[in-house]
Amino acid sequence: MATEFPLPPVLTYYPSSSSTPPSLITQGAEGRLYKSTHLASSRPCALKYRPPKPYRHPILDARLTKARIQAEAKVLDRCCREGVPVPAVYAMDAAAGWMMLEWIEGQPVRAGINVWLGARPETDEAIDAANDAHQTPLINLMERIGTVVGALHLTGIIHGDLTTSNMMLQPWKTTHTSQQQTNGEEAAAKEAAVQGDVVLIDFGLATTSSSDEDRAVDLYVLERAFASTHPRAEKLFEHVLEAYGKTFKKAPSVLVKLADVRMRGRKRSMLG
Amino acid sequence: MALEKLTIDNTPSNQNIYLALFRDVDADTTQALQKQLLARNPAFEYAFIDASSIISRVHLLSAIYNALNAVATNTLQTPNVHSEIVLSLSPSNNIADAYRRWGFAAGKTTDLIVVKVVFHDNEQTEEQVWAHLKEHIPTGTVVDPITDEEIAKSTDWSKVRKYYKLNGVPALDRIKDDAEKKREMERLAVMGMALRGL
Repeated sequence: MATEFPLPPVLTYYPSSSSTPPSLITQGAEGRLYKSTHLASSRPCALKYRPPKPYRHPILDARLTKARIQAEAKVLDRCCREGVPVPAVYAMDAAAGWMMLEWIEGQPVRAGINVWLGARPETDEAIDAANDAHQTPLINLMERIGTVVGALHLTGIIHGDLTTSNMMLQPWKTTHTSQQQTNGEEAAAKEAAVQGDVVLIDFGLATTSSSDEDRAVDLYVLERAFASTHPRAEKLFEHVLEAYGKTFKKAPSVLVKLADVRMRGRKRSMLG
Repeated sequence: MALEKLTIDNTPSNQNIYLALFRDVDADTTQALQKQLLARNPAFEYAFIDASSIISRVHLLSAIYNALNAVATNTLQTPNVHSEIVLSLSPSNNIADAYRRWGFAAGKTTDLIVVKVVFHDNEQTEEQVWAHLKEHIPTGTVVDPITDEEIAKSTDWSKVRKYYKLNGVPALDRIKDDAEKKREMERLAVMGMALRGL
């Protein structure tokens, strides 16, 4: 059971305050994610904790944990300064293995897309160009994803694990309604599911690179992840690439490279 | 009494944290305070902060939180929690620089923020802390309550921009709305503090 893990020491000072107790959100291969608060209950935060690994030599373990948290924090700092939508770092203690991040409201893009697709009447039908017209809100979301990934790549950062689960849809403060006015509550709820600002999360595998190759592989990972998570919307992925292509000068050459990567897969040939 | 007792989430409960803000403190007072600090008089263990380099409560409390965490993990880089609060406001590990920028300057600083952490093994009461402060800062106007608006009245934005390296940052330059820009500066400053020295 997830709840049986002991809390990281930084969260054990509760109940010194009247705040809500921390709760475990998810567990990954390397770390755990808790929801807690920074300073006061009005500032919810996500605490990413990398517990010590008993199977590693303690000195090596401490060094790896520290380096990885610092690397992730640096990437987030760079993104924030460049205006790429990512959570801010509120506090961290790399030696103790934790990082406190801004809490992003909303749901993952994956969930939003699934709500949208699930509400479609002919459930087994793949979406093709013919009924694109009904897909405007989803297509708009695809374009926002492409733009955000483009902005990220422009700063010289490669995410390393782009999936629709590693993107959040932060609700807009004012609700936008699309030009094709939907009628009925169900349709409105469906449309709301794909609205919001795309915020990239989980930079645990991020690296810095400005090469077409690395950028193309990053897009390829997203393309594959998208196709397996949302097979019915696979055809709409082209809108992500189209928007990406407009974000920076070298983006079109990344898309050319992407064609090569598709031919051979994620791993580069060991020759040459 | 105008001493505010702070509560900060996820900090140990064996301490009380007090906050005060004095406006228009005269040069004689800051010079006298500096003498006490240079003499390392233990009775004057406070974090004295120049309010002009502080953005908001969140900004200030983040530094206190980080300093308390250093106490809890026994990783203080300065002699005590009060000097650590001043260091925690800095995005770099240069301690002298942090004292110069966020600590007060004798004869120059007029708006002074005071933070006092009293651990429970210490007998000092809130009344005693306040009486001691009032005695040694006789000239300033006491600000109460210490709201974001009150803190913002003292903020010198050109200093903040310089200290947190916020000039020419794309994320700020694209924001037109002034209030939103200040929120983003607070966000980046807190982040700079969290990543101190990286």
